[in-house]
Amino acid sequence: MDKKYGVYICKGCSIGESLDIEKLTKEAAKGAKIQAELIKKHPVLCSPEGVDFIKKDIEGEGVNTIVIAACSPRVKYDVFDFPNCIVERTNIRELVAWTQPPNTEDTQLLAEDYVKMGIVKAQKGDMPEPNIEETDKTILVIGGGISGMSAALESANAGYQVILLEKTPELGGWGAKLYKQSPGEYPYEKLEEPMVFSKIKEVQSHPNIKVFTSSEIEKTEGQPGLFDVTIKRNGGTETIRVGAMVLAAGWKPYDATKLEYLGYGQFQNVITNVQMEELASKGKIIRPSDGKEAKKVAFIQCAGSRDPNHLPYCSSFCCMTSLKQAVYVREKNQDSMAYMFYKDIRTPGQYELFYKNVQNDPGVLLTKGDVTGVSDAGDGNLYVEVENTLLGEKIRVEADLVVLATGVVPATAEPQKYLDGLAAAVSKGDDAKKAYIESTPKPEFILNLTYRQGPELPSLEGAYGFADSNFICFQYETRRTGVYAAGCIRQPMDMNSSAEDAAGAALKAIQCVEHIAKGIAVHPRAWDVTFPDVFLQRCTACKRCTEECPFGAIDEDEKGIPYYKTNRCRRCGTCMGACPERIVSFKDYHVDMIGSMIKSVYVPDEEDKLRIIALACENDAYPALDTGGFNRRSYDSSIRFIPVRCLGSTNLVWVADALSRGIDGVLLLGCKYGEDYQCHFVKGSELANYRFGKVQETLDRLQLESDRVQMIQVAISEYDKLPDMINEFVEKIKAVGPNPYKGF
Amino acid sequence: MTDQNRNVLVIGGGMSGLTAAVEAAEAGYDVFIVEKNSYLGGRVAQLNKYFPKLCPPNCGLEINFKRIKNNAQVTFYTLSEAEKISGQEGNFDVTIKINPRYINNKCTGCNKCAEVCPVERPDEFNFGMDNTKAAYIPHNQAFPFKYVIDDKYCKGPSCAKCVEACKYDAIHLDMKPETINIKVGSVILAAGWNLYDATKVDNLGFGKVQNVITNMMMERLASPNGPTNGKILRPSDGKEVKSIAFVQCAGSRDENHLPYCSYICCMASLKQATYIREQYPDSKVQIFYIDIRTPGRYEQFYWKVRDDENVVLTKGKVARITEDPETKDVIVEAEDIYGGSKLKARFDMVVLAAGMVPSTKGAKIPADISYTAEGFVVPSSLKKGIYAIGTLKSPVDVARSVQDATGAAIKSIQSMVRR
Repeated sequence: MDKKYGVYICKGCSIGESLDIEKLTKEAAKGAKIQAELIKKHPVLCSPEGVDFIKKDIEGEGVNTIVIAACSPRVKYDVFDFPNCIVERTNIRELVAWTQPPNTEDTQLLAEDYVKMGIVKAQKGDMPEPNIEETDKTILVIGGGISGMSAALESANAGYQVILLEKTPELGGWGAKLYKQSPGEYPYEKLEEPMVFSKIKEVQSHPNIKVFTSSEIEKTEGQPGLFDVTIKRNGGTETIRVGAMVLAAGWKPYDATKLEYLGYGQFQNVITNVQMEELASKGKIIRPSDGKEAKKVAFIQCAGSRDPNHLPYCSSFCCMTSLKQAVYVREKNQDSMAYMFYKDIRTPGQYELFYKNVQNDPGVLLTKGDVTGVSDAGDGNLYVEVENTLLGEKIRVEADLVVLATGVVPATAEPQKYLDGLAAAVSKGDDAKKAYIESTPKPEFILNLTYRQGPELPSLEGAYGFADSNFICFQYETRRTGVYAAGCIRQPMDMNSSAEDAAGAALKAIQCVEHIAKGIAVHPRAWDVTFPDVFLQRCTACKRCTEECPFGAIDEDEKGIPYYKTNRCRRCGTCMGACPERIVSFKDYHVDMIGSMIKSVYVPDEEDKLRIIALACENDAYPALDTGGFNRRSYDSSIRFIPVRCLGSTNLVWVADALSRGIDGVLLLGCKYGEDYQCHFVKGSELANYRFGKVQETLDRLQLESDRVQMIQVAISEYDKLPDMINEFVEKIKAVGPNPYKGF
Repeated sequence: MTDQNRNVLVIGGGMSGLTAAVEAAEAGYDVFIVEKNSYLGGRVAQLNKYFPKLCPPNCGLEINFKRIKNNAQVTFYTLSEAEKISGQEGNFDVTIKINPRYINNKCTGCNKCAEVCPVERPDEFNFGMDNTKAAYIPHNQAFPFKYVIDDKYCKGPSCAKCVEACKYDAIHLDMKPETINIKVGSVILAAGWNLYDATKVDNLGFGKVQNVITNMMMERLASPNGPTNGKILRPSDGKEVKSIAFVQCAGSRDENHLPYCSYICCMASLKQATYIREQYPDSKVQIFYIDIRTPGRYEQFYWKVRDDENVVLTKGKVARITEDPETKDVIVEAEDIYGGSKLKARFDMVVLAAGMVPSTKGAKIPADISYTAEGFVVPSSLKKGIYAIGTLKSPVDVARSVQDATGAAIKSIQSMVRR
């Protein structure tokens, strides 16, 4: 693109009163090596007159590269919208006029640096063009239970072709084993027929859905829009091409034999809630030991769940399930009794109404307490022993059938556990790895991705094997682009929730195939048409990018050279930050661009005039700076903020270049990392911190104090603390003293 | 006007509505959001932190706002309401009333109008715990970042100090409501919820005992952009809160008030216990509950709070809350079921875990819709092409609202495909 520049400085919102705009123009032109006539001023750039002022240049002069020095890019985005132009916004309102004393030399120099950096950024950037390939929009759904069938139907009804894969010979999953389903709608009184049977019919008759039963995935190659999935079925294999996937491989009940104290496996008349459905489906509640009708049925809640020795989470639906099964007992025989022993009754939302209805039945007795054991009461009967009851005493209740409300174990739990163990062994060396592989039975994998970073979804810390999202706001986020989890594989949930959840995952899948077809990234940069462009001739195969990419977007060829699968990429720039050869670029964001911006900062020779560069995450730290600006919270004027896509994209060369030019300190402002990470790219801020650990070694070697570089985790809500954090860092730099490279 | 068959109307710009809107737009459809407030974000914008991650809600909102800013397929109207919805799936006619903001798009957010405005109004964003000027910005991370004038308090053209102060010709006190008509293929109802009026739970003292507040007020007290800039101070005398009680099911699970469970209150109180414990390391917390309901992985958050030795969980109903007239301390009388006794204890402040009431309990949607006795939408009663999401159907938390809203986006698309 043949660039024609136009730089526009706004004088509104007290910018004009705080700065010498003529001097600003002159110095910015000199510093950024641009003709001073190209820099224009306007009293209120965001006014219709101001916008026309710019538009006239676009139309009349052919200006196509626009730098707007005014307010934050987070506001007036709709006003400064000039199609087919490069538009750079440089913030001299929130970061200068609103936070610095007016008309001082320091404030003036700060504004000059921001305008220079804005121009340099525009000089270094290019108009992005999407990478468009021929892609496939078929949705592959893995799992034929309620979640999988719902995802298939939702996608198919939205007009997409669907392939539904089920491991067993039949569709239906656990839902097909149910006798009745808990009520799902007001007034929550009557048990419902299981929804699964009508779904099976719908799926089988839907023209857009192809069903593969008795099928498993042997391997998944490729990337969104171009996944090649090899399926094992009928003794052979076939490869299908799909665009995106919904992972709905379901769950298993917790293995009740592990609950020895509850007598499962020891007493025939101790059964699980799954077995209870089977009994109820056959007619009367006939107990296994002697075929006698069970008239006193005891339900033991949290059999495994909410137990640090078994499942440290709540399985969510077992309270409703047992209440429902208590109704089975009562409806099938009016002389029967149902006892339910619980820690807490958990019937959230309107399910409370069902609980109330069941509770009102005098034949259902609910007792809070801890069940300590189940013992033989003779004749096949059992004693349930309970402690910590509300009466404060130990009680023993005789029952002729005991039902354990066992919990949910996601299908992803075993593969994740195996892979976590493998990763731990690998970190200990080849021998440990070999020993692990030899001694550990390999579970069945589900996706079998051929990705360099592993065959399944990466496990989430503290998620106990669930393929959940760590984001509250973005429930379907996973670290494998184009693969969206639904149902009990994500969180413990009941039938109604699973059907709803599947709809959400299906939406994300169709969104993904649509975006990929247009060459647009998916969440969180779901507008971005740039993509990483790699100058492979200079690659040294150091593997940092392939290891660090939070989304496993980069594989390696046999020589260890990275191989980008662009459709997996989320455009965070972590690879760009990781690359020591600086060969990863985006059209509008690259190492040289930010490096040149840093180089355009004027470094005064005076030892008492500090200069500090702060690289700030544009998603959280930068908005926090804006809010601080709105609150007119002042901070030291020696610091220059540069927004980055994600702190993960921070290349160490920026830090090294800055310090070698006499910049006194570099501050990195990124999101919280660790178990409750807030980084929108999952690992970005954590990886930046890791890299920064390395730069300190380098600094020590250069005899520069490691205190000159610091990373701070800052949340968007910490705008009130941020000015103090900044000032503290400045004080620390003052204590360290000026950079000895200053003036060289 | 774009092809009507690709238009979706979303009523409500809170977390559910926003999510449904951006998700449908990113799947390629044109979406209109109608929001009653002057800003988007709804209830979550008022929260200090989310459970269980204790992360700030504005973090996710920022991303969603960014998605809107970068997507020409989303149009939103603030201070607006849908007045009429007629027609059928694939072809609804909707009338939208846009109430005047009195401040137009030229507003730069410079704050000059608020500086000169001579009148104050109670800040409903902070549940009346402080005031703003009649010309104000809803909060410091509001989207859109534009001021608004409250015409219930503004003195009108006779004052017009703000008009004079505004250099940008942004203020027009003669703005009138506008009505627009749009055609859409499907409608998503995401009108959200209100807090149950805690004064109705007479024995718990809200409205009479100064230092009894609601859980939503606690969120504002703890928020850095709240009435106390995030410092948790009790209302009567601004004293630091060193002992606090949380009363669960304040209205919920009670036939005389809300017969259902409000889903979020257990986790909300556990979360708020961490606010106090973090801010005042020597503080003590007591939570009175019927059942602790922390489904799924939330259980781990419950364990974490429970394991804090300065947090006591007491199973039992609170019978009465009164005020010590001298100290303004709060006296709680409750049963302690495990202890088998009644207890009477004194606290600096008490938080009522008030429940969730669907907004449709009061303001009905202008379409033919059936509601439960408590005002929730009955989903199966909805006409084809209309979908209710989030707390309009049943009490849910943010995570489940997002899940539901994402699912509703595909259903709204199906309504267009079916035609």
